[in-house]
Amino acid sequence: MTEVSHQLAPKTRGNFDHILYVLRANPVTLIAFGLFALLIFSAVFGPSLVPYDPLATNAANALQPPSATHWFGTDNVGRDVFSRVIVATRLDLSISVAAVALSFVVGSILGCIAGYWGGWPDIILNRLLDTIMAFPLFVLAMGIVAALGNTIENIIYATAIINMPFYARLVRAEVNIRRDSGFARAAKLAGNSDIRVLAMHIFPNALPPMMVQVSLNLGWAILNAAGLSFIGLGVSPPTAEWGIMVAEGANFIVSGEWWLAVFPGLWLMITVFTFNLLGDGLRDIVDPRKRT
Amino acid sequence: MLASSPRLRATLLRVAQSIPVVIGVVIISFLLTRALPGDPAVYFAGVAADTASIEQTRVAMGLDKPLLQQFFIYVGDLSRGDLGQSLSSGRPVAADLAKRLPASLELTLSALILAILIAVPLGVLAATRPGTWVDHLCRVVVTAGVSLPTFFTGILLIYIFYYVLGIAPSPLGRLDFVYLDPDHFTGFYLIDAALMGDWETWRGAAKQLILPATTLALFTLAPIARMTRAAMLTALSSDFIRTARAAGLSNRTILYCYAFRNALLPVVTTLGMVFSFALGANVLVEKVFAWPGIGSYAVEALVVSDYAAVQGFVLAMALLFVALNLVIDLLYTAIDPRIGFSSK
Repeated sequence: MTEVSHQLAPKTRGNFDHILYVLRANPVTLIAFGLFALLIFSAVFGPSLVPYDPLATNAANALQPPSATHWFGTDNVGRDVFSRVIVATRLDLSISVAAVALSFVVGSILGCIAGYWGGWPDIILNRLLDTIMAFPLFVLAMGIVAALGNTIENIIYATAIINMPFYARLVRAEVNIRRDSGFARAAKLAGNSDIRVLAMHIFPNALPPMMVQVSLNLGWAILNAAGLSFIGLGVSPPTAEWGIMVAEGANFIVSGEWWLAVFPGLWLMITVFTFNLLGDGLRDIVDPRKRT
Repeated sequence: MLASSPRLRATLLRVAQSIPVVIGVVIISFLLTRALPGDPAVYFAGVAADTASIEQTRVAMGLDKPLLQQFFIYVGDLSRGDLGQSLSSGRPVAADLAKRLPASLELTLSALILAILIAVPLGVLAATRPGTWVDHLCRVVVTAGVSLPTFFTGILLIYIFYYVLGIAPSPLGRLDFVYLDPDHFTGFYLIDAALMGDWETWRGAAKQLILPATTLALFTLAPIARMTRAAMLTALSSDFIRTARAAGLSNRTILYCYAFRNALLPVVTTLGMVFSFALGANVLVEKVFAWPGIGSYAVEALVVSDYAAVQGFVLAMALLFVALNLVIDLLYTAIDPRIGFSSK
């Protein structure tokens, strides 16, 4: 017992030291973690903390520039832009997290099957992924939402479908190189079923690169979802959502009311920026060699 | 003859490889047209249709036939260039797309050229002078560039250059109404105006193009700069560069003849992904600048639920993207002679 803890202790401390070292060498990652915490905070508590009702209109107070009472100004029907931007965090994050989670699960299952058993499921999966990647991905998402119907769920499905190839390919490659490795054969010989070997012994090895992919993908998924709602798909107008707020604000930019579009756009940008920085930081921790 | 020319053989093989992809694209776009919400016959028969006329539409559209037969009818229509009728414009979708395609291509290509002209030198400079301000600038541009929502950048540029500074023309379309459209040769206003020798119009068209092209370029230059920098760093630290240095070749020769040519390969490979992003972002930029290309056509069609037009647009974009990828791969074999021989 003492021997085991003896062996484990330096290793965990080594990992922790490595993470500390990477964070200290790259303070930007630390900032990204801070911003990430802020985003989660405003997604969870934002709706109960904002000073105004994001849907309450007030025609007498329309198109006010930013001031002490309305930090980000008010829009064309007098709604408080700050409250709407903060409240929208929850919707934007939920769409992208749901989409990425869905493509993570489906991509993992398909990639495991194709990578472990090979044969015709592998061939079919590769053809399918090639075909999906043959579309410009945002355009495919537009087509899917147009075909399935204009709802938030379909935005999630479309974003999940265009993200899925990245996960499936990653998992397939990671599983494929390990399916005949010594530890997998040993596990098989010890009487584990194929599915158990795959799920408990091989798949966990694919998790570190998958995590990096998730973080880089989240930013991209938010951009895609906001882009779709910017062109009028998915979220319908009174709802607070960054893409649609920028689209509504765009009509006022040529007459100089910049705060309608700029603040939601800025928030969207900061969010995507945070996830990209986080992805780069995670990659430095997980795999320092891939740093570019 | 095929065996005697490995280059030709590799080229033909690559062209053949894109056939299954095209088949897959056609199958997916067929499924998208048949996955319309509700009954397509009810939808296409119009609002005031009764049961009989819905049934009539169903038969006329071939929706009463089995799915496989419908697919072959669809493929037959496609091979004749028939993408169906647009409900909003009342004209064939293929004709609408063909009319608007040059506007989109002009925007996308000028943005890509602009992006490559900025990103490649930036990446090379960052790689040759690590740790200097160029390197830091490159890192900032790369990380900020991929985080910028294109529609937001576009709006920001309109605010700064049109509203505040007043130096950009109003962001409405390809040409201000004071100019006449140039004669139609290629559909590219810059080329057409130059062919006519009408430099006044050329300047007008260029002015309208600058902001949307910059918006799109800002988005696409990030991955190119990132890849150029990484590829140059790899190339510069390799053995053949050390040998070249030891042989006393000048810095210039080493940088451009040896390192850059090798670094070009991964950069060209990423261009495929960049095209995918650029064609998608193109839709958003066209919407922001009221650019009369196929992207804004699809957006208008989406708003009025004109499905034939949207599906035609998706298919056209996919085929364009497959063609672009083919060109990139062929370019790749031209740059790197090793590729053609290895794929026997």
